[in-house]
Amino acid sequence: MDYLAIQILNGVQLGLLMFLLAAGLTLTFGIMDLVNLAHGSLYMMGAYFAWTLIGWTDSFVLGALLTLPAALALGAVVEAVVIRRLYARDHLDQVLATFGLILFFNELVRVIWGPAGKSIALPAFLSGTVEILPGLPYPAYRFAIIVVGGVVALLLAWMVQRTRTGMLIRAGASNRRMIGALGVDINLLFTLVFGLGAVFAALAGLMAAPILSVKIGMGDDILILAFVIIVIGGIGSIKGAFIAAMVVGQIDIFGRAFLPDLLKTFLSNAAASTAAPAISQVLIYLVMAGVLVWRPTGLFGPRT
Amino acid sequence: MAGEDLTKWPDQLDFSAELAKIRAAKPEGVFVFYPGAHGVQFVRQFVQAGLKDQIKLYQVFSIDAITLPQQGELALGSLGAQQWVNDLPNDANKRYVADFRKKHNDYPSYYGAQAYDSIMLIASAAEALKGDLANKDRVRAELKKANFKSVRGGFSFNTNNFPIQNFYIQEAVKDADGKMTVKTIATAISKAKDPHFEKCPMK
Repeated sequence: MDYLAIQILNGVQLGLLMFLLAAGLTLTFGIMDLVNLAHGSLYMMGAYFAWTLIGWTDSFVLGALLTLPAALALGAVVEAVVIRRLYARDHLDQVLATFGLILFFNELVRVIWGPAGKSIALPAFLSGTVEILPGLPYPAYRFAIIVVGGVVALLLAWMVQRTRTGMLIRAGASNRRMIGALGVDINLLFTLVFGLGAVFAALAGLMAAPILSVKIGMGDDILILAFVIIVIGGIGSIKGAFIAAMVVGQIDIFGRAFLPDLLKTFLSNAAASTAAPAISQVLIYLVMAGVLVWRPTGLFGPRT
Repeated sequence: MAGEDLTKWPDQLDFSAELAKIRAAKPEGVFVFYPGAHGVQFVRQFVQAGLKDQIKLYQVFSIDAITLPQQGELALGSLGAQQWVNDLPNDANKRYVADFRKKHNDYPSYYGAQAYDSIMLIASAAEALKGDLANKDRVRAELKKANFKSVRGGFSFNTNNFPIQNFYIQEAVKDADGKMTVKTIATAISKAKDPHFEKCPMK
């Protein structure tokens, strides 16, 4: 029972991290109709900014907080210099240009921070474990990710559902041309959405940094998973991204935690321990394919 | 054995599910093989999960001169096995490590030591043949003699051309300057031969 609870928490923690990354991606894709492959680069830059700022301020919390405005500034610059020119282009041009951005950022990191990976040390209050239930220890830092990720998800939900900006974002996701015709400053909205996406990506990057490595190309690995999530959730839908991220988090953890034992009930030990990682690796893609057959625009995608 | 796990290589760097399994299984020790960044992450997450005080961590290729700068004190006390350690007391190794540290101001890694051995082996064959490397059979015969001073201590080739060499147990420690490194604490196996050499007729 304890074991199950811990694994579910692990799934929630992974899901929330993925949600932060997917939220920005689904907004830019849904509202701006922009395929942004460089979203993973913003995630990576968030981790490197955090490494520098934490070293500079000598405080984990302060450095992490300073990373967010830095990421917002970076997002605004990237939007103004490169992305703005791509709105009128088709998806293939956007893919090419943002792929170029990936190469640019990877090389930029190599020039500024060098090729070797960096590690961010945790402050004492986050490096141990907390007892979430009596006799049930859980890593304090992973628990902090759940708390921060949960609060940010709630804030984002509140903003999208309850504020005027959120209303414009939702309107933009369902019909961009119409809100332009109604006199909304589309350029400003796009810059805001892109900057917001950059902040969420950087937050995911900085929170993942002490668990994973801060290294060149760290965003490229995780970007594919983020695309899977927004496709399952429905492009442009924050709610869809959240639910899909939670489902993907649980499936990934389930595949690692329970699948080997499940397979051992009818396979030999050796076959089971080889097959389990292979199956759990394709599990989320099978789910995605299943969702697309059932609902071609994703769980909460626009209905045509 | 309480359990075993194969994780997704190389894209999995988060081991939360596996560490929860380890906690539930309550083994006396955990043995891992995670070279490079994976070793850094595993050791860090192992400590973050609060398992280091309860379960012994044993490893190969996961705590070395490459990963220790990032693992730091988290790796302290963990044991590993390898055919070379930077403090082996043979003359070739003393010279290699001293030269390397003078030039790079850092400990050499196992990878460097292995490359150094390879170069010395090739040099021994080239010198024996006085630089005439045209006859490949003679080059092979000279290489097979392994007539060089290995930094690993004793070194010779078995009938299947795998090395016959010692394996040492190493512990992650701090040196006198407070820098993380590994030191030899025992010889695990002397003149170890790989277990399959008798089945290999080299044909």
